[in-house]
Amino acid sequence: MKDTDIKRLLYAHLLCIFSIILSTFVPSFFLENFSVLKTHLTWLCICSVLVTVFNLVLYLVVKPNTSSKRSSSSPKVARFLKCCIYFLMSCFSFHIIFVLYGAPLIELVLETFLFAVILSTFTTLPCLCLLGPNLKAWLRVFSRNGVSSIWENSLQITTISSCMGAWLGAFPIPLDWERPWQVWPISCTLGATFGYMAGLIISPLWIYWNRKRLTYKNN
Amino acid sequence: MRLGAGTFAACCVAIEVLGVAIFLRGFFPVPVRSSAGTGQQSELPAPEPSAGATSNWTKLPPPLFSKVVIVLIDALRDDFVFGPKGMKFMPYTTYLVEKGASHSFVAEAKPPTVTMPRIKALMTGSLPGFIDIVRNLDSPVLLEDSVIRQAKAAGKRIVFYGDETWVKLFPKHFAEYDGTTSFFVSDYTEVDNNVTRHLDQVLKRGDWDMLILHYLGLDHIGHVSGPNSPLIGHKLREMDGVLMKIHTSLLSQEKERALPSLLVLCGDHGMSDTGSHGASSMEEVSTPLIFISSAFERKPGGIRHPVRVQQTDLAATLAIGLGLPIPKDSVGSLLFPVVERRPMREQLRFLHLNTVQLSKLLQENVATYEKEPAFEQFKMSERLHGNWVRLYLEEGRSDVILGLGTKVVKQYLEALKTLSTALSTQGAQYDVYSMAMGTAMVLEHPARPRPRWSELELLLLLGTLGHMLSLGASSFVEEEHQTWYFLVNTLCLALSQQMHRSFLEDDQAVPTLPTADVACKVQARPVLPGDLRKWTVLASPWLVLVCCRMLRSLNQTGVQWAHRPDLGHWLTSSDHKAELSALAALSLLVIFLLTQRGCSPVSKGALALGLLGVYCYRVAVGNLLFPWRPDSRAISKGIIEARFVYVFVLGILFTGTKDLLRSQVLAAEHKIKTMGLWEIFSGLILLAALLFRPHNLPVLALSLLTQAVLANFVWKPLGHSAVEVTVMHYWFGQAFFYFQGNSNNIATVDISTGFVGFDSYAEAPAVLLTAFGTFAGPLLWASHLVHFLSSEASSGTALGHAGFCYALAGSASAAIYLVLVTALRYHLFIWSVFSPKLLYEGARLLLTAAVCAFCSAMDHTGTSGA
Repeated sequence: MKDTDIKRLLYAHLLCIFSIILSTFVPSFFLENFSVLKTHLTWLCICSVLVTVFNLVLYLVVKPNTSSKRSSSSPKVARFLKCCIYFLMSCFSFHIIFVLYGAPLIELVLETFLFAVILSTFTTLPCLCLLGPNLKAWLRVFSRNGVSSIWENSLQITTISSCMGAWLGAFPIPLDWERPWQVWPISCTLGATFGYMAGLIISPLWIYWNRKRLTYKNN
Repeated sequence: MRLGAGTFAACCVAIEVLGVAIFLRGFFPVPVRSSAGTGQQSELPAPEPSAGATSNWTKLPPPLFSKVVIVLIDALRDDFVFGPKGMKFMPYTTYLVEKGASHSFVAEAKPPTVTMPRIKALMTGSLPGFIDIVRNLDSPVLLEDSVIRQAKAAGKRIVFYGDETWVKLFPKHFAEYDGTTSFFVSDYTEVDNNVTRHLDQVLKRGDWDMLILHYLGLDHIGHVSGPNSPLIGHKLREMDGVLMKIHTSLLSQEKERALPSLLVLCGDHGMSDTGSHGASSMEEVSTPLIFISSAFERKPGGIRHPVRVQQTDLAATLAIGLGLPIPKDSVGSLLFPVVERRPMREQLRFLHLNTVQLSKLLQENVATYEKEPAFEQFKMSERLHGNWVRLYLEEGRSDVILGLGTKVVKQYLEALKTLSTALSTQGAQYDVYSMAMGTAMVLEHPARPRPRWSELELLLLLGTLGHMLSLGASSFVEEEHQTWYFLVNTLCLALSQQMHRSFLEDDQAVPTLPTADVACKVQARPVLPGDLRKWTVLASPWLVLVCCRMLRSLNQTGVQWAHRPDLGHWLTSSDHKAELSALAALSLLVIFLLTQRGCSPVSKGALALGLLGVYCYRVAVGNLLFPWRPDSRAISKGIIEARFVYVFVLGILFTGTKDLLRSQVLAAEHKIKTMGLWEIFSGLILLAALLFRPHNLPVLALSLLTQAVLANFVWKPLGHSAVEVTVMHYWFGQAFFYFQGNSNNIATVDISTGFVGFDSYAEAPAVLLTAFGTFAGPLLWASHLVHFLSSEASSGTALGHAGFCYALAGSASAAIYLVLVTALRYHLFIWSVFSPKLLYEGARLLLTAAVCAFCSAMDHTGTSGA
């Protein structure tokens, strides 16, 4: 593991953060009355699309897992379709988990689903980019001591921090402050976003500080 | 002999219960109350005392004023009228105070200096205590005797404009009213204009006897910008104008009437230097109280230092001024200057009425009232008064008699003062000494450090701690159920993750036989085919999650979302009786199937019959239907059916106890002990099934299902430690407390459970049954815990540890809550939110103590057997 790798990781992550910042400020030039809180659903869509695009571009440019084994065993189109299906499935399963956590079943379905989409964008999408539709690899990355590169390590950190952010975001909902951002699911989506950004910043730093201790099987 | 951890914990919790009791005793002073209910009509007024001679003045004295106008300005501090601000901004009022026919006082409000209790104090003359809220079960209507009630009973017409709180307190007493809400604090003009706009018309009409105006604007300004804001000046000037308008109108109409009218200006509480209120600083408790009437003497030279009196004195003074009986619970004393220009005989009569009322209250609240100096003074004044009346009747008016009368008045005033103080100190301040003592006793509970933490343990620890700390925010107390649901859901997800991980590790370790490890851990159960078993195990946390989600939509509780439609309301509406019957029958069936597994054949039969009895009872009461008699209308109290079930409950509990005792005698019989515990558990379940409302029966069924799933597919295969299992039981117990429809509000306690199977109200069983019905969730989970741990053969001291842990979880939360409440005792919501929770917390601690005692008892029988 070289310092250049970590540097590349850092730049990639900064670009991801930039995409989120972009999604907050740029649309107001094109759309009237755009604000993150008031037109939250629009922002969710834009943010998720932008983050997806940036992730895909980064994946194509940086190609972090070119060294890893037999990724081209199946045709590219089938792989892509499989990825889409996986992404949709992750959206639905997040939606189900939110409902189990107490989100309304019938009302606000669109809001809940978009929250599921954005959380999937923060968690599932990078996994798909990096690991492909390969459940074995996913399980390996998310089990103890299974990571094999700094990219996977940072993936682990950002995914967990996004979920934690969404989880923590639910806390302000019962408070009686009567703020616009306490409405379901705004606080949770904001929590997830902040968690994701925190993960993006923390993971390169954490890897840098622990670079002596970290040893990866494939490096 | 070394004490087991469980016994130690039980002792600690017992001491803690005592501590909480002392704390509660200090926190909720017993208010001074007249035992005579307000329902019955007031008895005859006390006749005039007379020594020997016959005085036939037994009726109430006639009113002194024909009309009374009360102008209450929210947060009117005393210096806003009597200080430099008053001189500057309230010229008319200052003129009246200094030179007009008026009497001014500084009335002291008792904390909590919040509007609602203050209105109560002004109108009832009593000091509202927390027990009132419990007694009224949160119904906001004022049930006590008050000036308003008395005036209404005497046929007076009362008109009210202003703060809505009054309308809530006295819903049927006003002939005409317009309530304004104090919700939007930033609005301070509209809210007062809504009061003033009625003024011209109502003053011109004059078809009322009592007019009450409550202005909120000043309070709002205080909250927004503090007492030194320039807005205060504008507002005071506006209020001065209102006062002038009322006064001139009253004066102009006075000529047509025989009696003068009275204008009262007062505040409900003051305002601190930051503009808030609620606590007991001097600025917050000092309010002006001004009586203006042409009946009073004009004073040429102003008195710049008004006398300090109590806010509660207003009620007695108003009652006497209007010729009404003094409210029964009033601890106030007549403000004598108001009547000092009346004839001597009347003055004495008024004072006598007031002292008699106060001494009656003293007699009812103090056991040794005869030794109280106040009572002696009262007796003495009454004797003097009697003598005076005799002299007066014999000799008529003379200066000597007048002089004597003045002495009697002095005596009376002294008696009044001591009586009033004796009564108010009875139940005024927080008993901080008791509170501190209680807290100290609760906190002595020791904690034991643990060496290392797995992720699940970390979640359990952080969740429990986080919940305790969250209780410092009023919203988290109101919505505590959300916290528990959230935690339980997270726990299920964590369990699911742990399970996947353990399977994955198994997969890697023994690829050929994936479930070998799991299977060998659960030999006790019939082993399912490998793959199927694996999938059931993996699905089990999700099944629990689904159960919780369904239960969550059964009863909406809390405050913010309590109004949302829920399944419970849908089921209990009369149109859906058939659906409710089907659901209840299904739930009872599930309960039977899940409960009978561990019972002896006899108990099985008893359980089945008992559950049938439960259904019959609900049909008899009219909640459910028999499918073969879909439209029977006969509704009874179901006494026979309920008692039929009680017989089986007692039978099963008896069998269980017998088995337990037998297992103690026959030391080796571990199986009998387990069975005995399960029988006790099923007896409790049968009792809960009887007491729960039919739409809550699914809670019971799903709780059993959850327990079965978790025990068989999660705890046993994953081999959780006793501590983890205990904390999980604690969490689920709390969640099920709220699934039942409970909340931290006293109003959700289902009182009707106390009457199941009883013809009339019997206190002891009613209290016990209500408590059991309310805390059925936590109790059933705790008893399941005892059974589960003792059925695990390997666990030698598991029960002791469990008892210790359960005690720690329950009592630490109580201890932290006590500290929080003490810190927040002047919080705005202390009465409405934190205090009810304190009562719940106390009750739950009692339950925890019982569970711990049981745990340690079981532990002892276990160790003595081994």
